[in-house]
Amino acid sequence: MISSIQRRGFLAALIAAGLSLYGCSRTEELKNINGIDMSGTEIGQDFLLTGTDGRQHRLADFKDKAVLVFFGFTQCPDVCPTALFRAAEVKKLLGPDGDQLQVLFITVDPERDTPEVLKAYVSAFDPSFMGLYGDLDQTAKTAKNFKAYYAKVPTGASYTMDHSAITYVYDRAGRLRLGLRHTQTAEEYAADIRQILALD
Amino acid sequence: MSAISKLSTWTLTTASMLLAVASAHAQVTVDEPWVRATVAQQQATGAFMRLSSKADSALVQADSPAAQHVEIHEMIMENDVMKMRQIPRLALPAGQTVELKPGGYHIMLIDLKTQVHEGNHVPMTLTFESPDGKRETVNIEAPVRPLASGAPSGGHHHKH
Repeated sequence: MISSIQRRGFLAALIAAGLSLYGCSRTEELKNINGIDMSGTEIGQDFLLTGTDGRQHRLADFKDKAVLVFFGFTQCPDVCPTALFRAAEVKKLLGPDGDQLQVLFITVDPERDTPEVLKAYVSAFDPSFMGLYGDLDQTAKTAKNFKAYYAKVPTGASYTMDHSAITYVYDRAGRLRLGLRHTQTAEEYAADIRQILALD
Repeated sequence: MSAISKLSTWTLTTASMLLAVASAHAQVTVDEPWVRATVAQQQATGAFMRLSSKADSALVQADSPAAQHVEIHEMIMENDVMKMRQIPRLALPAGQTVELKPGGYHIMLIDLKTQVHEGNHVPMTLTFESPDGKRETVNIEAPVRPLASGAPSGGHHHKH
């Protein structure tokens, strides 16, 4: 988990690096973003999971679109529907650029989230959204790759999944750029994503 | 109007008056309950509402014919990690409105017996306990909102 102090230090280092490279033909820095700048980090560089369209997918399949990745599970009555609802709102706020956005929902609970349930669930928020899943091992490897925490926790009659509520945003070249937080609004997300779409 | 429909109207009016009287005397009021719809084979969902009690009370139990297990849950966000935990009771301090809403508390309906469809209602029985151990139950019919529902809109106000 990144503390806010470490995050600020990290951001300062990134800004310094960006300034030192000013004028070079390098990817532009994002300015005044609402999210956490994750450009240049090693995390979330790729994944290999099965999509609810029945096909295997890696990040490169969504090249030329801005990609939003969220980890969750369908038996989550609060954070996950809110996050997906917000993603649908973001798509609307982007207007005609909305179809330049690909939203991916990776389940951390493949035991209960069968492909059928996952597909129906994700599509209910927007038909363009895709669910991704793997077996328990692939799920663990993917989350680790993203440094996204999750855990299966017994509760009452069943179990719940603790999980990271960060939305990861990639640019059109498939580079991870931002981490947006659950506490932020659709408008804040859309403002950052518009910048990302304007890159390159 | 036929005699039968007059009688039905009378019965309905009396019944609703009695219900109104009953809830006016009840300790706890339940405002704007709703349940999130599910897709087929989805095994759980959440119910949300606003609760307020005239005197100190607590929500200690919830039941519904729609689910095998019904629990009171709290959602905690810690360092951008979401955690849900069952809680044995939800305190309702006198005169305060306690909200069960996304981002905080909810009632979890687990092992659903059937898909929960938008536009339907889910019956629930809520049990409240006062500090002296006395219990009161309130029956509600919670309307089902779309799975893709955002935070409750600010425009809804219940008048009593």
